[in-house]
Amino acid sequence: MSTKTLYDKLWDSHVVRQDADGTALIYIDRQLVHEVTSPQAFEGLKLAARKPWRVASLLATPDHNVPTTHRSGGVAGIADPISRLQVETLDANCAEFGVTEFKMGDIRQGVVHVMGPEQGATLPGMTVVCGDSHTSTHGAFAALAHGIGTSEVEHVMATQCLVAKKSKAMLVKVEGTLGRGVTAKDIALAVIGKIGTAGGTGYAIEFAGSAIGGLSMEGRMTLCNMAIEAGARAGMVACDDTTINYVKGRPFAPKPEQWDAAVAYWKTLHSDAGATFDATVELDAASIRPQVTWGTSPEMVTSIDGRVPDPALAPDAVKRGDWERALAYMGLTANTPINEIKVDKVFIGSCTNARIEDMRAAAAVAKGKKVAANVKLAMVVPGSGLVKAQAEAEGLDKILLEAGFEWREPGCSMCLAMNDDRLEPGERCASTSNRNFEGRQGQGGRTHLVSPEMAAAAAIAGHFVDVSKV
Amino acid sequence: MRKFTLLEGLVVPLDRANVDTDAIIPKQFLKSIKRSGFGPNAFDEWRYLDHGEPGMDNSKRPLNPDFVLNQPRYAGAQVLLARENFGCGSSREHAPWALEDFGLRVILAPSFADIFFNNCFKNGLLPIKLDAAIVDGLFKAVEANVGYTLKVDLERQLITTPDGQQIAFEVDAFRKHCLLNGLDDIGLTLQHVDDIKAFETKHRAAQPWLYA
Repeated sequence: MSTKTLYDKLWDSHVVRQDADGTALIYIDRQLVHEVTSPQAFEGLKLAARKPWRVASLLATPDHNVPTTHRSGGVAGIADPISRLQVETLDANCAEFGVTEFKMGDIRQGVVHVMGPEQGATLPGMTVVCGDSHTSTHGAFAALAHGIGTSEVEHVMATQCLVAKKSKAMLVKVEGTLGRGVTAKDIALAVIGKIGTAGGTGYAIEFAGSAIGGLSMEGRMTLCNMAIEAGARAGMVACDDTTINYVKGRPFAPKPEQWDAAVAYWKTLHSDAGATFDATVELDAASIRPQVTWGTSPEMVTSIDGRVPDPALAPDAVKRGDWERALAYMGLTANTPINEIKVDKVFIGSCTNARIEDMRAAAAVAKGKKVAANVKLAMVVPGSGLVKAQAEAEGLDKILLEAGFEWREPGCSMCLAMNDDRLEPGERCASTSNRNFEGRQGQGGRTHLVSPEMAAAAAIAGHFVDVSKV
Repeated sequence: MRKFTLLEGLVVPLDRANVDTDAIIPKQFLKSIKRSGFGPNAFDEWRYLDHGEPGMDNSKRPLNPDFVLNQPRYAGAQVLLARENFGCGSSREHAPWALEDFGLRVILAPSFADIFFNNCFKNGLLPIKLDAAIVDGLFKAVEANVGYTLKVDLERQLITTPDGQQIAFEVDAFRKHCLLNGLDDIGLTLQHVDDIKAFETKHRAAQPWLYA
């Protein structure tokens, strides 16, 4: 019997048909839906008088546009009329087509990539899509998950299938033990620093090795979430007991009478010994230090011990131009030590780092301390209503509030600043989100990507500090 | 979808790597529930000197004279010449919608981000991967020659320069067929309804918990 990678197994088990040139129809088990990339797809269905092929496979929630402050006014209370219309449009479309939706005000509402796994709506062995590039998150469950455009959102709704060609397979192997204060986020940024933001283009990445096996599901989700920042549409981790224990008992998980059969199948969801990959990248966990981005692309990253690089030392002319532009945009001077960079705002949240473990990590750093005077705003935005409730049950909100953080309602918030949470021009932010592109968190805003631990520590110190020494 | 067969168009060079979809169409414009009208806000933060918001009269906004797409010599360009990893970041299809609405039909680059590349083909835009050295040569030629045009022939998979040099390019057969004929995928996929139903029956038997 031939050996297969995890990606081979997930792909092969979903091919409906395949043409000689490799173009295939892939069956999709789950589509998650949010308000930004779905209105044109629902409109397309209506114009063609089509219905969703399997409406039970769809699960929706508004996340990008929702305010994170007061929610008492509900949808009608969204101040921005066009944001409000987009959320109202999602509500109306879900009602019309019979799609299950966790609306604003429902405790299950949240960032779509936090909500899905939390509900057990992402299961091992599934194909999962969503009109959002961070759908790679769900690969943490040994699922084949990736972002799609709105035309494909409509296509999957109408046909339950996606037209696709198989990617190449990359193995990212991280062996060893992570040091103190080093997290899944740091692994992700270190991988991107090593292979670049286009290093994974054309690949599906499997993360493996003892350091990955040692991560919680939250950590694995953070890691797979960032696969897209390495250029890979899909990231994935093999199924193990950590996966199975996480899924057990969640609302959309298999019923007790189907549980054993499901688990038996899920246990086959790993790469076979001797399976071959098109590319392999290896990292030593012990050598990864807390990471901080300094530029306007996630690959512009170094460790907390590092300095802002000198464009004169860039490997080629295109990179030199990129670095110069990045430093000008970021308001940074070459050779500045990272730990001397002061921050104006701190954002702890997003589909990358807004799960319960992230809330606990931030609170652990903030406990008994105060946000520095030069930090204008330090905000914590839980990933869902359920994460928020859990954190409050553990008293994390009180710790964070006492330290001077704001404790907000769930949503995408300042990861992409489609709601009112944003940076002003020139403001510098320590952010647990996934993208430091120009203008991502507000026009002229300057983003440094870090882990929740590093973000909380920067809030307390007023500048980046080595959290492993705090 | 609009067909793409053959085009001879003015080329505009955008000389930076890793142009992301946040730059192509900033998030405040994603609040629209429509598919059209994004062109005036393509590259909004680079193109205008003020901060853009939906609903503004873009014709009255101050243009950034340094941004290449604003330079008179490139007015009416239909071919965008770009660098590595064009279209990285968010999956927003608003990015190709904005580029197409702006008037572009072809993008030439050494590499593209996967999701963006895929989204282009759904919207009558042809992204073409070319060798980095060829792209470099084109940047030099465009900058040296005002009014530099390229002829792009999808049927023959051939780009022709003004001096008659021919550059062959690769394109996936299925995508080429859809683009040449202006076909949308959904109708084509629904020709395989029986295959989908047969798969679903088998899949349901193997993993019934997915259908509970």
